[in-house]
Amino acid sequence: MARPIQEINAGSMADIAFLLLIFFLVTTTMDVDSGITRKLPAIQHEDQPKPPDVKERNVYIVLINQHNQLAVEGELMPVNKLCDGVKEFIKNPQDNPNLSEKKEDAVDIPFFGMMELSKGVVSLQNDKGTSYHKYIEVQNELVRAFNELKDELSMKKFGMTYKDLDDERQKAVRKVFPMSISEAEPRNIGGKK
Amino acid sequence: MAKFNRKGKGGTPAISTASLPDIVFMLLFFFMVSTTMREVDLKISVKLPEATEIKKLEKKSLVSYIYVGAPIKAYQEKFGTEPRLQLNDELSQISDIVTYISAEREKMDENDIPFMTTSIKADMEVKMGIITEIKQELRKASALKINYSSRKAL
Repeated sequence: MARPIQEINAGSMADIAFLLLIFFLVTTTMDVDSGITRKLPAIQHEDQPKPPDVKERNVYIVLINQHNQLAVEGELMPVNKLCDGVKEFIKNPQDNPNLSEKKEDAVDIPFFGMMELSKGVVSLQNDKGTSYHKYIEVQNELVRAFNELKDELSMKKFGMTYKDLDDERQKAVRKVFPMSISEAEPRNIGGKK
Repeated sequence: MAKFNRKGKGGTPAISTASLPDIVFMLLFFFMVSTTMREVDLKISVKLPEATEIKKLEKKSLVSYIYVGAPIKAYQEKFGTEPRLQLNDELSQISDIVTYISAEREKMDENDIPFMTTSIKADMEVKMGIITEIKQELRKASALKINYSSRKAL
């Protein structure tokens, strides 16, 4: 009575697999999370000493009003000029008295030796009515300015972009151009709403 | 000539579909591995702004999300059209952020707490007023590392 073992019909296997495939196709999200990373300042307690005042020439004031217009150091500016403006302000190659000052003491930085660092700080202020995409656009330009400064420096010194440097060199470059963007405590600028 | 015509009667032979399940299974495994299940059900619409200088968020377990945007159609009757924020699955108030952050912190490994990042996923049409309030709350909760979620501009 040795009956041959019946074969299982594998024809519907494809259907089952398709069903599963479609389920995963629908539920899948391929996006990787990415964005502009910033650090917020810790909250200032009243009993703590206030941070030292910064001289006016060392602050690069960027304002965005509720009509999404940009004012830099008191003058209207289109967004695409902001990046170059910030770079010029931080580097200040001709020692222009309106742009950022250098620190009095040169600092010893590995790979670079004694360097005169800029005291410049970019200050960003926005109105309640500023739209978020304008704010991100401006943030993006500011970050781009600092990234380009770092890239230029690493190109000149090491012949590579900042991204390709090893950790220690990156750290040194970061010391020369720290990301000094400060955001003012929120308040209403450009009238009440 | 007859020599060549011998088999010419049957038309085109059927393509064997025996390997079809294998191909489908291969695709299936690819999607199974690469998939991440959608964790939250968004009740608001979020269209991210574009940026070029973006960084990837490395470890998903270190990231907590705050969504900001106008409620989607189905919820507009209940919540109106003003931008709201969503934490996990619920539309919340700004004042809930501190509790949310400490709850997220509780879930984390102790060593990871300093690396905790808060990702703000806000719609590009949102006004800065609500974002600024969120930032102030985050400062109060001392969750200082933030990420403005945005798409890569091409």
